[in-house]
Amino acid sequence: MKYVIIGNSAAAVGCIEGIRQIDRESPITLIASEPHHTYSRPLISYLLCGRTDEERMKYRPDSFYEENGVQALLGQTVTAIDPEKKTVSLSDGEQISYDKLMVATGSRPFVPPIDGLDQVKNKFTFMTLDDAHALENALTPSSRVLIMGAGLIGLKCAEGIEGKAASITVVDLADHILPSILQPEPAALVQKYIESHSSIRFVLGDAAARFTENTAVLKSGKELPFDVLCVCVGVRPNTALISEAGGAVGRGITVNEKSETSLPDIYAGGDCTECHDITIDGTRILALLPNAYLQGETAGINMAGGVNGEEKLFDTAIPLNAIGFFGLHMVTAGSYDGEVTVQSGEDSYRLFAVKDGHLNGFILIGDVARAGIYTSMIRTQRPIDSVDFELLLEKPQLMAFTRADRKEMLAKAH
Amino acid sequence: MKRVYVNEEWCLGCHLCEYYCAFANSGVSDMVKALKNVRINPRIRIEEENGVSFAVSCRHCNDPICVKSCITGALTRENGAVVFNHDKCVGCFTCVLSCPYGAIMPSDDSVVQKCELCMKNSFGAPVCVQHCPNQAIVYEER
Repeated sequence: MKYVIIGNSAAAVGCIEGIRQIDRESPITLIASEPHHTYSRPLISYLLCGRTDEERMKYRPDSFYEENGVQALLGQTVTAIDPEKKTVSLSDGEQISYDKLMVATGSRPFVPPIDGLDQVKNKFTFMTLDDAHALENALTPSSRVLIMGAGLIGLKCAEGIEGKAASITVVDLADHILPSILQPEPAALVQKYIESHSSIRFVLGDAAARFTENTAVLKSGKELPFDVLCVCVGVRPNTALISEAGGAVGRGITVNEKSETSLPDIYAGGDCTECHDITIDGTRILALLPNAYLQGETAGINMAGGVNGEEKLFDTAIPLNAIGFFGLHMVTAGSYDGEVTVQSGEDSYRLFAVKDGHLNGFILIGDVARAGIYTSMIRTQRPIDSVDFELLLEKPQLMAFTRADRKEMLAKAH
Repeated sequence: MKRVYVNEEWCLGCHLCEYYCAFANSGVSDMVKALKNVRINPRIRIEEENGVSFAVSCRHCNDPICVKSCITGALTRENGAVVFNHDKCVGCFTCVLSCPYGAIMPSDDSVVQKCELCMKNSFGAPVCVQHCPNQAIVYEER
């Protein structure tokens, strides 16, 4: 058996660890465009603000490839997959054959077509280690920074460079920050907290209409001069290798619960895919590191023949975000439709959404301790009438479960 | 492997497990000095209500969702135990959001902490269990 993996982040590492749970011997070849040892991309903002360094942000130890029998071809790009011949082509013309192939190509920053944007010289995106270094090198204490996008990436970028620039302004077309994970009310709380703990300022409900080299002219007519521009408006999955090989692609690469693509012996996982989100009972892109790892591990186990011949399923994918800004923590999970309960305070906010008799989503801002008890309720779609739900809403606690359930949890091996 | 298991019906709610946990992981050799006037943040926690009490600490799952969800690689499995690399953690709390038992907690130094079965401190085996007066927690194979 010969395994080939395209990519070198969470889904790829999950795939390697999945394969090695089953098959300790067969060779694995990993091919990735980035020249770096596997590192955690979400840590680039922590790198800029000094809470980690390049050594510590390695996602696995230096010995990882060697210990797992992986030949890592770093700094090489796959240009095509031939599913008939079962080969991948590299940019230098070399062809590598596979028996089982994993596509973990991730995503790339989306740079919208805005008039004049290509004339902006000091323009950056914020996704990779090289992006982070390039941005850092461009910053001086007198830099006026403009960040397009008040989502997770834009705000983490802002936090990462806070204190390294003269000003940081974040612009977003949405009328509130973090629109992908928060509703207006909790977003306002977080925005207020960020504004009172940093020099970051927001321009919301507005967007750049055109650029000159150092100025953004917004749709409202407002002009924002800047020295450094960061484009953080979103990402697009890297699906071309699969679509050009004739595989099914929606918004991301189509995969099933076994992480199989529509092409034989080709699997995919992570930000390049779309998958089934149980909290909407529908397909969407869940570009989240835990999801990438779990899809990757599932792919790896199945590529190696499954657990005792039984195929592994990952059928509990849900949106999940843990993030913090300047010491204010928030965790979110699932979707917020259904019957909603809200408890809010000065620097705290809690939202719970119940749908079809089970917890389907929540937001906790401030005290996030033990939130995983709620997450587990969502993942397992456990009926709320099987627990003391009132007690559970007070705080996440195992006391809300029956004594018999607790025995399962605390008196048995898992 | 041996794990800490809970016998809920024998728990007195005395919280000694919490105090011994805090002491064992304080790095201080004298228990009084370690705990006096300290608001403890132990890795094992008693839940109690209406006469029911029990301890909760890491289950050291065979298929640990915290390890798989960790964005930094700070959580790993070593000889069956789920262990934590403080140096790598950035305190994102994805593990806090992932653990079904609520057993990984925010620490006092802005990252997280969890039971490591006293393997890394000077005691070498769970001190909470050794000092439980009623065997409401035990350290054994199941």
